[in-house]
Amino acid sequence: MQYLLALYLDESAWGKMTPEQQQQGSAAYTAYTEALSQAGALKNANRLQPSATATTMRTTNGKTQVLDGPFADSKEQLAGYYLIDVPNLDAAMSWAGRCPASQHGIVEVRAIWAM
Amino acid sequence: MKIIFSRAGAGKPPPYATKRWIKSMSFLDSNCRAQDAAEAAARRSYGKLVAFLAARSGDVAAAEDALSEAFAAALADWPEHGAPANPEGWLLTAARRKLIDAHRRRRAEAGSDALDAIADLDQSPRPNELPDRRLGLLFACAHPAIDPAIRAPLMLQAVLGLDAARIASAFLMSPAAMGQRLVRAKNKIRVAGIPFRVPERSEMGERLEAVLDAIYAAFAEGWLDAAGTDMGRRDLAEEAIFLGTMVAELLPDEPEALGLLALMLYAESRRKARRDPAGDYVPLAEQDLAQWDVTLIEQAETALRCAGTIGCIGRYQLEAAIQSAHVERRRSGNANWPALVRLYDGLVALTGSPVAALNRALAIAEMEGANSGLAALDAVRTDARVEEYQPYWAARAELLARTGAHGDARHAYEIAIGLERDPSMRQYLDRRRSALAGFDTVRGSGLG
Repeated sequence: MQYLLALYLDESAWGKMTPEQQQQGSAAYTAYTEALSQAGALKNANRLQPSATATTMRTTNGKTQVLDGPFADSKEQLAGYYLIDVPNLDAAMSWAGRCPASQHGIVEVRAIWAM
Repeated sequence: MKIIFSRAGAGKPPPYATKRWIKSMSFLDSNCRAQDAAEAAARRSYGKLVAFLAARSGDVAAAEDALSEAFAAALADWPEHGAPANPEGWLLTAARRKLIDAHRRRRAEAGSDALDAIADLDQSPRPNELPDRRLGLLFACAHPAIDPAIRAPLMLQAVLGLDAARIASAFLMSPAAMGQRLVRAKNKIRVAGIPFRVPERSEMGERLEAVLDAIYAAFAEGWLDAAGTDMGRRDLAEEAIFLGTMVAELLPDEPEALGLLALMLYAESRRKARRDPAGDYVPLAEQDLAQWDVTLIEQAETALRCAGTIGCIGRYQLEAAIQSAHVERRRSGNANWPALVRLYDGLVALTGSPVAALNRALAIAEMEGANSGLAALDAVRTDARVEEYQPYWAARAELLARTGAHGDARHAYEIAIGLERDPSMRQYLDRRRSALAGFDTVRGSGLG
């Protein structure tokens, strides 16, 4: 089964880190991604630009509304994702628990709707 | 090690579930043998069949539906042609056919998993080799990704076949709301890919605890109706014991499973004694020993002894051992208070539970007198949770009354009464309060 691990993080934290800390942070994600890939579980992964650069759109009665900013105005924002392929939720949860984001943010595990 | 706990009380209705099937079979009085066979198959096989039919696809609801149709088919077929030699096998074959039909109807939307599931079902073993996957189903129901509040209802439905209305009444919910939550939970098992599997050694402790906690929650719901006037609730305690027995048999090396079973059997053994003939609450110390169910107590002791030989203590074993120390009164005339204090010490250390600390204070009062008990109670009070806990105020009132501080005791009884929901318990507390003299025999010593 495929699962999306959606990473929600406090974006302001990154800016407050020293360059060394940022480097360590990046290294942790690189190592995690490598481990997923090695296990044959990684389908795709991406880090997103800050939510301040997001554009939110909604069309009501034919009229499109465009907003500058993310959909939800909360402290933790969607900051990246991993798409993984593993046998079941236990395996997905086990990978989500190892994700560096689970240490300093939130990882949401969602099964992909198989078409 | 295989332990079979026979059911006590020959006159009792069978404790097993699937009562909706049994009920639906009941018009078959003209053909008792078919009915008996159907009932027996339903009791023995319901959870096994659901677990087997849903194991691959994770689709509990579809398995339940298919099984429901299979039982309906049995209802039509067995009275006419006689019960089959292998009712479980007959039901499996029928349910499997229904399930495959349902899959084919939905083939357009079926993913490869569903097609694999059909292939899997086609190659399933002969019925007499039906693998028992109920444990996997139980662990799925109590999976960490499932809302803890719905785990017990989910087990009662998926493993035992209880209908949502009955579960709802026991858990004080509307049938519609309970039905909805059960549907949502089953949907999550299927869609989120929660596996039917027995956890690895390394994660067993935590995962088993979730299963046992859910079983105990079901038991506690049944236990609340001490008077036994609400059949739905009383049955629930028996269903929980059935589940507890099942887990203890399937995981014979897990002492906590045996501990929970022992705890439930001890509690159940005193059910009759908890109310007097007028339906009023009777505290443990005043219960009529003749009303305790000796058979259940013996089963409880056996389970607790088995757990002890495995040698890994846990919360449920401690709580069962506490029950065992109370039951000693049956032989010696007294509960074993020194043992009780030690056991509560262990339970407090293990769980940090203020309830355990409260009971420890009461045991100390029995050994060393009311003042020592009150001192221990004061220590419990540092936990803010006890301020709204009826038994804390009732215990305080009782001990204050024993020291002669009747004014403070009456005040504590009032708070206890204000916090209690159960009318018969409220009446009991009110009687205790009224029995106190209007003046203090000794002034309260600053402990109130």
